[in-house]
Amino acid sequence: MVKSIIHLSHISKIYKTDVVETTALSDISFDIKKGEFVAIMGPSGSGKSTLMHIIGALDTPTTGSYVLDGEEVSKLTEDNLADIRNRKIGFIFQAFNLLPRRTTLQNVMLPMFYREATSSAYAISKEESEKIATKYLIMVGLENRLTHTSNQLSGGQMQRVAIARSLVNNPAILLADEPTGNIASNQAEEIMAIFQKLNNEGHTVVMITHESEIADHAKRIIHIRDGKLVSDEKNKKQKIAKLGIKQDTL
Amino acid sequence: MKNVKLITEAIGTLTINKLRTGLAMLGIVIGIGSVIALVSLGQASQEAIQSQIQSLGANLLTVNPGSQRTGAVRGAAGSETTLTNADAEAIKTDSAITTVSAVSSEINQRAQVVAGKNNTNVRVNGVTSIYASVHKVTMDSGVFITDQDDAGIAKVVVLGPQVVSDLFGEGSNPIGQNIRIKGTSFRVVGVATSKGGSGFLNQDDVIYIPLSTAQKQVFGQTYLSNISLEAKSADVMTEAQNQVGYLLLARHKLSDPTQADFSILSQQDILNTANSTTSTFTTLLSGIAAISLVVGGIGIMNIMLVTVTERTREIGLRKALGAKKNVIVRQFLIESIILTFTGGSMGIVLGILVSYLYSLVNKSTFFISTPSILIAFVVSALVGVLFGWYPAQRAANLQPIEALRYE
Repeated sequence: MVKSIIHLSHISKIYKTDVVETTALSDISFDIKKGEFVAIMGPSGSGKSTLMHIIGALDTPTTGSYVLDGEEVSKLTEDNLADIRNRKIGFIFQAFNLLPRRTTLQNVMLPMFYREATSSAYAISKEESEKIATKYLIMVGLENRLTHTSNQLSGGQMQRVAIARSLVNNPAILLADEPTGNIASNQAEEIMAIFQKLNNEGHTVVMITHESEIADHAKRIIHIRDGKLVSDEKNKKQKIAKLGIKQDTL
Repeated sequence: MKNVKLITEAIGTLTINKLRTGLAMLGIVIGIGSVIALVSLGQASQEAIQSQIQSLGANLLTVNPGSQRTGAVRGAAGSETTLTNADAEAIKTDSAITTVSAVSSEINQRAQVVAGKNNTNVRVNGVTSIYASVHKVTMDSGVFITDQDDAGIAKVVVLGPQVVSDLFGEGSNPIGQNIRIKGTSFRVVGVATSKGGSGFLNQDDVIYIPLSTAQKQVFGQTYLSNISLEAKSADVMTEAQNQVGYLLLARHKLSDPTQADFSILSQQDILNTANSTTSTFTTLLSGIAAISLVVGGIGIMNIMLVTVTERTREIGLRKALGAKKNVIVRQFLIESIILTFTGGSMGIVLGILVSYLYSLVNKSTFFISTPSILIAFVVSALVGVLFGWYPAQRAANLQPIEALRYE
């Protein structure tokens, strides 16, 4: 049996203000195994963002247990969560979130800069991290864009920089939050192709989206509605995106 | 996490955002620079006024005729006729006077002087040779009034530089030429160097003639306008004042000092008055400096608050990628320390430079006050670091998701 990378059991998240309690998630349980490509779908307000924050160790659940790559995450302190995020999770955001005015290379190196904060043994030299960053930028087809700053890149290119950035610390999962939400559709196809390629190489990919066309690229689709798990099934008609477009035009 | 790495990262951030960094630094540079410059200008002015008064002569006492209090009526200054040549001679020779090193008998009145087609109204000083050393008069060209001139009632004159340019034109050499004072012709034998001053303090708009000539030929009077005394040292000024005072009281047959028909003014009195005036001036400048420090501080505070708030999303991203709270806070703290200290040093250089240029332009003493540098630097550095740290602390406390969503 393949090992579970993500194990969620009876996860609930309740936001409390002075006046009201809002239940964002109630009793969510599922497992994601190594090498899976999962799309989490749901309309806005369904709680999928809250779920993404919990899976991404950006937030902790009110009740329930979350084991990520063998480590119980749900009860950790803020600083320990930062360690988990640095080592185990590769984030890809809808708005890319690259540092403005920094070069592509510098942006991709950023997660490695904070490795030292986890433990000094885990730290790597600047030269080493430059080598790793370059390797992943070549992988996403941006070898000619190493010294460009983010304002010189298209949306698709920026998202590919973000994908390279998510990979550098060799995380347990890639967590993508609406990765194609801010880019043109032909470029979105390209991003999906990269995800499928990474998945074929053995990376576990979790993608949050509200577009079924995008979700169709995943191998498994989980539906969330009103904070509850509605369906969780294998995607029988997985769309295969083509890495066909000449990459410099992206 | 090592500070060295954070310092490198901070320098990277600061150099990439040149405009933001430049603006933040400008506030600090101007804040510190203006305080240092203002205080130093104030002190340079005070210094200038003091040295001008010093140039009137050192350890100087002036005996003026006229009472300090003669009942209800007081004559116009200089109209009293109580000081005579004999009084001056007595001060010079009396054995009770041990603290006076020089005595200068003087007459001064304003008169119209004429040279060719030009004429001007100047102060005419009837003096003896000792006047030059007592009042620190130096010669630009020619010679000062000599004892022979005085003994021989010579019709010679020494001109102040202002008078030379008024009568003969700037830069011309009047030595050997003649001028007329109240109808009497005088030969110019020397020109004094400029002592500066303006208005009633103008020490260049004067001419000097022998005392005997002034008394017998020009003004026809036997009494003196005043007697200037030089005390042996600054410490015996009061003693000299007393010795001379008692001698003159005895000579004028007065027993009650309140009835004295003369007054003795020490140069210290003038200096004190001038000092209290300039200290008001310095207080004013310090007030302006304090206000500019406050304004500079608020400027620093604003720019630091804005830059950190603007970077909330960046902080969110850094946290999401694994930066711990204390790493974020340290990173921003290091940035603001670099910023304020670089800006502060530049401000100090600017302040000193402005003060130096001011002293060059005004030919005044170059004066730098260390306390003002320290206070300006410490205040700006504190403000800069505090308001770099506080918003960073606040942003680092946000959940990474909230910070990422921040618009």
